[in-house]
Amino acid sequence: MTDDYIKQKYDPILPRKDEWPVVKLAKSRKDFVQNVASFSKDKIISMTGNNLDLLKEELETTLYREKLRVKQNPWLVDPDDEEEFWSGVKSALVQISFESQATEEERKVAYHKILESITTRYSEEIASNFKHSHYKATRKMVTFGFSRLLNAGRVKGLGSIFSKQYTLQDKIQIIGETERLRDLASKGTIVMVPTHFSNLDSILIGWTISTLGMPPFLYGAGLNLFNIQIFAYFMNALGAYKVDRRKKNLLYLETLKSYSSEAIQFGCHSLFFPGGTRSRSGKIENKLKLGLLSTAVEAQRANYEKGFNDISGKIFIVPVTINYHFTLEAPSLIREHLSLTGQERYYKETDEFSNSYKISKFLIKFFTKGSDISVSIGQPMDILGNYVDLEGNSTDRDGRMIDCRDYFMSNGKVSVDPQREEVYTQILGDRIVEEFHKINRVFSSHLVAFTAFQMIKKQNSKMDLFSLLRLPEEDLVIDYSDFRSTCQTVLNRLMEIRAKGLVHVAPHLKQDIDKIIAHGLANVGMYHSKRPLIKTSDDKITTQDMSLLYYYHNRLDGYDLEKLFK
Amino acid sequence: MTLKNSSNNIEKPVGVIGIGSFGTAIANILAEKNNVIVYARKQEIVDEINEQHSAEGRALNQSISATTDPQTLCEMCEVMFPVVSSSGFRDVMKKFAPFLHPYHILIHGTKGLVLNLPEGRNLDNVSKIHRENIWTMSEVIQNETVVVRVGCLAGPNLAKELAKGQPAATVVASRFNEVILEGQRLLRSDRFQVYGNQDIIGVELSGVLKNTIAIASGALAGLGLGENAKGLLISRGMVEMIHLGNALGGQTQSFVGLAGIGDLVTTCSSTFSRNYTVGYRLAKGETLDAINDSMDEVAEGINTVRLLKTFLEGTGMRAPITENLYKVLFEGFKVEDALYYLMKYPFNVDIDFL
Repeated sequence: MTDDYIKQKYDPILPRKDEWPVVKLAKSRKDFVQNVASFSKDKIISMTGNNLDLLKEELETTLYREKLRVKQNPWLVDPDDEEEFWSGVKSALVQISFESQATEEERKVAYHKILESITTRYSEEIASNFKHSHYKATRKMVTFGFSRLLNAGRVKGLGSIFSKQYTLQDKIQIIGETERLRDLASKGTIVMVPTHFSNLDSILIGWTISTLGMPPFLYGAGLNLFNIQIFAYFMNALGAYKVDRRKKNLLYLETLKSYSSEAIQFGCHSLFFPGGTRSRSGKIENKLKLGLLSTAVEAQRANYEKGFNDISGKIFIVPVTINYHFTLEAPSLIREHLSLTGQERYYKETDEFSNSYKISKFLIKFFTKGSDISVSIGQPMDILGNYVDLEGNSTDRDGRMIDCRDYFMSNGKVSVDPQREEVYTQILGDRIVEEFHKINRVFSSHLVAFTAFQMIKKQNSKMDLFSLLRLPEEDLVIDYSDFRSTCQTVLNRLMEIRAKGLVHVAPHLKQDIDKIIAHGLANVGMYHSKRPLIKTSDDKITTQDMSLLYYYHNRLDGYDLEKLFK
Repeated sequence: MTLKNSSNNIEKPVGVIGIGSFGTAIANILAEKNNVIVYARKQEIVDEINEQHSAEGRALNQSISATTDPQTLCEMCEVMFPVVSSSGFRDVMKKFAPFLHPYHILIHGTKGLVLNLPEGRNLDNVSKIHRENIWTMSEVIQNETVVVRVGCLAGPNLAKELAKGQPAATVVASRFNEVILEGQRLLRSDRFQVYGNQDIIGVELSGVLKNTIAIASGALAGLGLGENAKGLLISRGMVEMIHLGNALGGQTQSFVGLAGIGDLVTTCSSTFSRNYTVGYRLAKGETLDAINDSMDEVAEGINTVRLLKTFLEGTGMRAPITENLYKVLFEGFKVEDALYYLMKYPFNVDIDFL
């Protein structure tokens, strides 16, 4: 992967929309939803070992939690008949326990019926509503609207609004294995796994996928985003299915996983944010949520079971990192991280991304002012994290071709072993984290934030993190010349790590150090009212918000750079 | 290649890689229920096995055959037991790597650590080593081959007693249930119990770390210090194993199981154990070189002490028994002095990890 991006026009790999897997899926939506529902029903029954008491307990737990959720944490997007539905479930459950003369078989049928009604409801709720006309409109609007803004902001003089000097690709630079990704997307099924820092990521990735000429991917987006109308429109247009983080019950989680697994088997390219939610701390994800990831492993095994042994049945994992100089929601994310209230289960939306007006205002600012975004596409891997060659074959470290099917073989045939797949998913998760660090692209803003924070930390070496964040302003000052030389040291180490192929740097890091620092200071958290890092008139470096500085500093966590400050 | 992926491996032979004393014992246990093929490097040993049903004089079950060709072994067997010394383990795995596939299951029986440093570096010219530089055998397999379904055998398995058919038990550790079940299916018999454990790193480390304590135990016996002293050593040794083991990624539970305390007690009491013998002879005044020259198989503990000492320096952790053993083995420190030092070492609490 090179550091420099190539501005390029990509032709669509599937020009006819009827060939798009998402379009096909949308056409057979009803059958598909039904499939998911019955598949998850069977799975849950097998998980309870066909034990009726266990199933009953699971149903009752679900009912209890759902009633609690409806009462305590209702959202705008929730359907109107929530209360009604769950009351229905309740009376059905009550009725079974009252019918004392019912035989075991009759009770079983009754419980399975309730189970099915719940999984059907969940499947229906999760399923995406892809509409091609909306997709086309959104695409046009994004590309046209944003490039107008971009050119108006940057090209001087009259007529600038129609200038074509800048396109979105100057602002959002796509680098890495783009051709490989396109190539494999036309042969097999892609599961893209990007890092997740901002709510903007969903749209950004959607734009990236369409710019690369690929048909839309299926992906899960937090149901909370559908509360915001402008987001709901975008998400639906991009083919998002809904993930409701309030629902932690087994029935829901299994239905969600079945949906994802079945969609991959259907041939839909998918996208997960494997960190689950946005990174609260600003660190690159290092602990992944393995639930959805496991569906990729499961789908691969299912494809082999069905006899798809060629590339059309193969699943490719593609890690992607998104790098910003800023994250709009940073202040609230880092506050949440630091207070660590552990209330993820019922967390309330408190971030600045809370309404359409704010987002529009931000987007206008973003496109008319400086600051860039980069999207790095990593090397495609198989479901155990082996790199694949140009033809999509898995290869080992010595370049020897290996048959992915063999991972699922025992006694000479493909076998199903959930525990095995669990371990495989962990292995895949570790590999993704490793790749994230390699393809991560360091920006000047990360460099200055990291250096400044570590210097302040060193000046106060006896303090723990929380005392550090509460330091008074006058203790947060660094001399520019010290700062300059330390930045150089950190940069040198980064370049060493880069030489080993373990990280990437943006081209602007190849200027001289003063320019890099100036660029970094100008960009780090540039839209926050309190800037994480500034240079004062008397040539000192200081911060207006230590927590924010910590947040942006965290981006370079995981490279052992802190050792330079010991 | 015709045998690859054939539909049924119940009839498939089981492979054993390496035919030292433990390899012989394992091959014999496996041969009670399965066809066994042994891989050996030297043609004369292969001939001896195929013609006389013995390996360097140790009797082998009639049904065991042997080969010098890694490819043959990999094609015939789906499950293999590598049982070679830790010093040769990595090379053997490299030799097998081109013929191994992800459907293979490897269950090794080697107790040792391998140092993984960049080209041209060794223990003499590095000052610090980190966890990623120390590989257990399962990590060697995972890093050198495409095999992921890896397991290990550990437990009090003195080869001489196994050879006599005396009752014993072992632990098969693996992150994969299917590997544990396969190990149990192949090995379990009326005289041989097989337990399972998912913490493979912890189980491997138990087997490795107990070797150092065994050397110390031999030294105590060599000095004629009696059973109280041995009890002291075993319990302090256990504490040290757990601290070191946790630092290297093992779980405490594994160290108090059969592969940990079970193996430790056995090895520390047995005059059959090579590591114990090293300690014993050191205490009797022999030099390490003289002892090494007269032993036909390596005592893994010596290598382990050396490796751990360098690792400890990089972490700032203390492990008094290992540190003192290092001085005795490599710096000409007298066993008596090391013992005196241990008696003075301030252990304040008995146990602080359960």
